[in-house]
Amino acid sequence: MSSQTTTAAPYRRVARSLGAGAPVFALLVVLLVALAATDPGFYEPDRFLAFVKRAAPLVILAAGQYLVIVCGEFDLSVGAIVTAGVVAAVEIYGSFPNAPWPLITAGLLLAGAVTGLVSGLVTTRLRVPSFITTLGMMLILEGAVFFWTGGSPHGQLSEGFRQLGRGTAMGRLPWAVLACLVAGCVAVLLMRSDFGRTLIATGDSERAAALAGVRVHRARVIAFVLSGTAAALAAVLVGGFSGVSAQAGRGYEFEAITAVVLGGVVLGGGRGSVVAAMAGAFSLQALFTLLNLQGVSGALESTVQGVIVIAAVGLGAADWSRLRRRRTHSSGGRPS
Amino acid sequence: MQATQTMLAMRGVSKSFLGVRVLHGVSLDLAAGEVHALVGENGAGKSTLMKVLAGEHVPDEGSIVLDGTEHAFSHPAQAQTAGIGIIHQEFALLAHRTVAENVFLGREPTRHGLVDRRAMEARTAELLADAGVSGITPRTYVRDLSVARQQTVEIVKALASDVRVLVMDEPTAPLADHEAGLLHDLVRRLAARGLGILYISHRLREVFELSQRITVLKDGRHVTTAHTADTDTDQVVRAMVGRELSAYYPPRAHPDDIGEVRLTVTGGGNDRLRGIDLALRAGEITGIAGLEGSGRTSLARALFGAAPFTGGTMTVGGNALRPRTPRQAIRAGIALVTEDRKAEGLALRQSVRDNALLVTRAVPARGGPPAARELTALLERVRLQARGEDQETRYLSGGNQQKVVIAKWLAARPRVLLFDEPTRGVDVGAKAAIHTLVRELAREGIAVLIVSSELPELIGMSDRILVMSEGRIAGELSAGAAEEDVMRLATTAPSGDPSALSGKDSLA
Repeated sequence: MSSQTTTAAPYRRVARSLGAGAPVFALLVVLLVALAATDPGFYEPDRFLAFVKRAAPLVILAAGQYLVIVCGEFDLSVGAIVTAGVVAAVEIYGSFPNAPWPLITAGLLLAGAVTGLVSGLVTTRLRVPSFITTLGMMLILEGAVFFWTGGSPHGQLSEGFRQLGRGTAMGRLPWAVLACLVAGCVAVLLMRSDFGRTLIATGDSERAAALAGVRVHRARVIAFVLSGTAAALAAVLVGGFSGVSAQAGRGYEFEAITAVVLGGVVLGGGRGSVVAAMAGAFSLQALFTLLNLQGVSGALESTVQGVIVIAAVGLGAADWSRLRRRRTHSSGGRPS
Repeated sequence: MQATQTMLAMRGVSKSFLGVRVLHGVSLDLAAGEVHALVGENGAGKSTLMKVLAGEHVPDEGSIVLDGTEHAFSHPAQAQTAGIGIIHQEFALLAHRTVAENVFLGREPTRHGLVDRRAMEARTAELLADAGVSGITPRTYVRDLSVARQQTVEIVKALASDVRVLVMDEPTAPLADHEAGLLHDLVRRLAARGLGILYISHRLREVFELSQRITVLKDGRHVTTAHTADTDTDQVVRAMVGRELSAYYPPRAHPDDIGEVRLTVTGGGNDRLRGIDLALRAGEITGIAGLEGSGRTSLARALFGAAPFTGGTMTVGGNALRPRTPRQAIRAGIALVTEDRKAEGLALRQSVRDNALLVTRAVPARGGPPAARELTALLERVRLQARGEDQETRYLSGGNQQKVVIAKWLAARPRVLLFDEPTRGVDVGAKAAIHTLVRELAREGIAVLIVSSELPELIGMSDRILVMSEGRIAGELSAGAAEEDVMRLATTAPSGDPSALSGKDSLA
């Protein structure tokens, strides 16, 4: 029966993982072509890398959000983690102007992980739905930032700290692009690992996974920890790139969810690939860039996003039900 | 019941889906007052034929004649209006509404433009009384009813629209034994009132008890229609699979094949079990019999740590261990094939491969996931028929899904293998394959425990049978015990409290 599939398995697996999110890759290609048509200079190396650099935080957030969504949860706190991360960095620099940037960066990543850990533990141990847990976490962090800064943070981030967000390595390659590549590779490897497969199985059927020996609570907590860490990494990039503001991360949580949904990942868990989720983030960024070039007001970005998120889920559901009907037809005699 | 005049006739019905022909000119007729059973393996076309009748599929060829009028249904509502009701395996009830609201859903009686609740509830009470149903009131919320009673509500809902023909698709599959008995009584009463009933079932015993005629389908073709009185189980099974009945159960273990003790329980108990003493040996298949609710499933789940023992001692492989979680049990080499395959056995949207590897990925102590070639060999060994290892398990038939569940456990090299209803919802062909496989595994030195509500299966497979009653082991029987002996033990209260027994005569 299945022996012939083994030899072709790697190719098939790639094809299958692309196949699941095929529409988003097509969309991305269309948008990139449209960008080239609108702005012939778009693909000059520096400008294209600058585009990737701008997209990097969202791509990283989408990868983190994917991990949480695929095991059946939500993380609404990532935008607030970005804001809190940027503000915390500037406040620390305010008190210790000579703090070494690797230490600050590592500290932020750790704080992000701890935030995720708290959300994860509250969700799994206290059985608070993650939608509520992370909504609460978002409000707590936003309030804390406001309280701490009085609404307008003052101060400067050190040049060293900002390098990751706006500097370049080896001449022209931005550090942000490297960070994005590394985070992407880590996410892909993670999802191919035993842990990644058990995480998806947990999102698909918690009971079946638990009875197969999967520690479902632990798997979910790890997903939240990784999402929090990804958000802190995004905070480092955003702080470096656009500097300090009390709105640094506003709206990122919904952009990340939109990106994941655009990648064909099913809310509720158990389905979709991380590559498609990251492609969704690139598509979203490309669309914003395109609208900007076309002279559409940036104020409409959230409107566009709203249309996209509804359309993506709506079309996904329509497609799926048609597919399902066809499947039941073709095997119509089987269920009895 | 006399099958006198034909009420419904389906003639030469054919149907293809995407060029695949699943029904080849099937004909079937039904008389008023008749229970006509429809049997066949999974994929034989039974459900498709019934969906054509109910207007859910439009046939490519063929006709449906009801009371002398030819019908061409293109929508389920048309079939319903013509008097055809269908009880699906999945119920279409609203859990948070009352029985009356469900029965009259979409056709509520109105008064001055508002729903007339009083009339609705009165009419529902009449329908319930007509059907001889007790214990359900019109105002009960459906969510508070057992599965069996929800099914009764489905049937009453069909009766509310004056059906002439009632199609029942494996109605007893989700029911406990004594509930099945009650359903059989209801079916007989409905037939006595002149309804024609088309009854799909895998359980041949109930088919023979209930029906006047039996039609066998195989691969979308009509094989035979026989009067129940003129045929027997052997003939029907042969028609279904083209195989002799004697090939059903593999030979039992020789005493020499039975080896060391792999698992023991002494005085095990929890809120459902009391005083369990048990030893499972390598190479032996131990059967657990008992009525629904006797604790047979609880025992399997306690051994696996899913609903752990709270008292007593247990050893696994000679070491003291009373697992508190499934993970602990798995680490010690215990595996459980659960009764509810779709909710507990598989992650349905994941591939065959991901499901088969799940245990080894989650519990590295069992040796880690096997290499691709070993996995392929394993899937061949369980005789899986799938389009490939990438196929999502939700598209597999029940039998093949069960084979994936078994493969998932075999990958973790278990020493004790527990089966709760190993062949529930599995067609006859796959059943035989699973039985053979289970015996092979025992012969290789795995200690096997089987819980089954199908007595022929339990007796055919087991080297010895423990009979449970009220959370205790009521007695032990040797291989090949008669069904009557098992039933006698199962219905005898060990605690001497006969009033606790309600289902004495309903063991189906």
